Amino acid sequence: MNVKEVRQLFPILDQEVNGKPLVYLDSAATSQKPLPVIEALNQYYRGYNSNVHRGVHTLGTKATDAYEGAREKVRKFINAKSTQEIIFTRGTTTALNTVAASYGRANLREGDEIVITYMEHHSNIIPWQQVAKYTGATLKYIPLQEDGSISLEDVEKTVTPNTKIVSVMQVSNVLGAINPIKQIAQIAHQNGAVMVVDAAQSAPHMKVDVQDLDCDFLAFSGHKMCGPTGIGVLYGKRSLLEQMEPVEFGGEMIDFVGLYESTWKELPWKFEGGTPIIAGAIGLGAAIDFLEQIGLENIMAYEHQLAQYALEQLSAIEGLTIYGPKERAGLVTFNIDNVHPHDVATVLDAEGIAVRAGHHCAQPLMKWLHVSATARASFYLYNTEEDIDRLVAALKKTKEYFSHVF
Amino acid sequence: MSFNNPLDTLYRQVIMDHYKNPRNRGVLEDENIDINMNNPTCGDRVHLTMKVEDGKVMDAKFEGEGCSISMSSASMMTQAIKGKTIEEALELAHVFSDMMQGKEYDESLDLGDIEALQGVSKFPARIKCATLAWKAMEKGLRSQQ
Repeated sequence: MNVKEVRQLFPILDQEVNGKPLVYLDSAATSQKPLPVIEALNQYYRGYNSNVHRGVHTLGTKATDAYEGAREKVRKFINAKSTQEIIFTRGTTTALNTVAASYGRANLREGDEIVITYMEHHSNIIPWQQVAKYTGATLKYIPLQEDGSISLEDVEKTVTPNTKIVSVMQVSNVLGAINPIKQIAQIAHQNGAVMVVDAAQSAPHMKVDVQDLDCDFLAFSGHKMCGPTGIGVLYGKRSLLEQMEPVEFGGEMIDFVGLYESTWKELPWKFEGGTPIIAGAIGLGAAIDFLEQIGLENIMAYEHQLAQYALEQLSAIEGLTIYGPKERAGLVTFNIDNVHPHDVATVLDAEGIAVRAGHHCAQPLMKWLHVSATARASFYLYNTEEDIDRLVAALKKTKEYFSHVF
Repeated sequence: MSFNNPLDTLYRQVIMDHYKNPRNRGVLEDENIDINMNNPTCGDRVHLTMKVEDGKVMDAKFEGEGCSISMSSASMMTQAIKGKTIEEALELAHVFSDMMQGKEYDESLDLGDIEALQGVSKFPARIKCATLAWKAMEKGLRSQQ
């Protein structure tokens, strides 16, 4: 992987922020977009913008081919058996909400359990809280180890024969922990539960194979993996999706509409009510082509190297606390003693460095960590060790700047 | 300080002093207004208690968690409203809001320490940090009107 060449495909990186060359370390929030993705959107809107599955006209056919072509790219990307198992959604949040609202509400009742972990993103907590309230099921949490990782022993203790749904993130957006999804899915299945995977932070960075993981549902977002915003994917095993009711009703998703009764299209379209996210799906397809050309293995290895370098460099700064296990995905979450993360982020911004500060949509995890907020630097294939050096230098300046206060 | 000037307009000495030595920190025991407010996007939170008698703010205390801007602003706010009538305090909140949005405001008003927060208006991402405690105060006093 040649990072210099990669960077040239991301025009946004070539700019100054507050008089300093931009260092973008917020890809876990949203990634930047490479030229092939921008170009795919451009071509679609300039050349063949049209609604899909409707018109008999030429542009409509072109748009439909491109939209369904993107679905096939997604299928291959996560190694699903069929494109019928690939549903385009607005993002990870909508995908998880669809599973909760459709599968969850229909299949759970009082006495059943839903099992998640303390490290989940709000979008993998609240839909289940709502299902629990609606059905009378109980929501349970798998505890975390000292370093923020999950032990399979704890999974085995928490998941019981009453558990109907286990939903876990593959990579933590705060701790960087990489969870043993395949093993957790085995435990879920041994207990008769379905396995839901939040792959928002894993799909952009590592090879995700739904058949190998043997998960029942998996959700991810396009915008974190070089694609546009507003597009995401829900993968579901065909046998499960087939028995599920749609969540949204309207155009595109119907087979026959009568005055009092209607029937649905077959999979996957019954879950795609309304004009679908055509440009978004085409952009996501281009992003997948781009990532696969570089190779997910190469991206993962490169980010691993960056994360280890960042961990080494940041650990050497006195008064800086790093959260999460040593073995991690490409992000580092931290706090500087006596300096609030918002203040850290403002000083870094003045140095041209973009990081995230806040609770990262993981308030229960913040509580577990005994902090109200943290700062996070997250990496992607376009970041370099020089970016991390700039971060380290700016963090030292931050400490110095605030040292006259305390 | 080795930093470029823009940051110094944000992190004024007065602000850091209020951050380090917050005034009126705590919870009133004889309060008649009790307001919790948080900033859901970032996790900052303020718990404000006030004692209002005969239309006047007799006492005010705050506690909470947050960055230097949100906590110093809360400290300055409690300091500023003590002894003021509800109307005066709400007027001050109005002036403060204008100041944060970079709008013109009556500069003849003696804002005291609060003036140090003027620089926040140049940092759009931080305005909601500065206004959190003021919003709590407004909400609390309006409930008394």
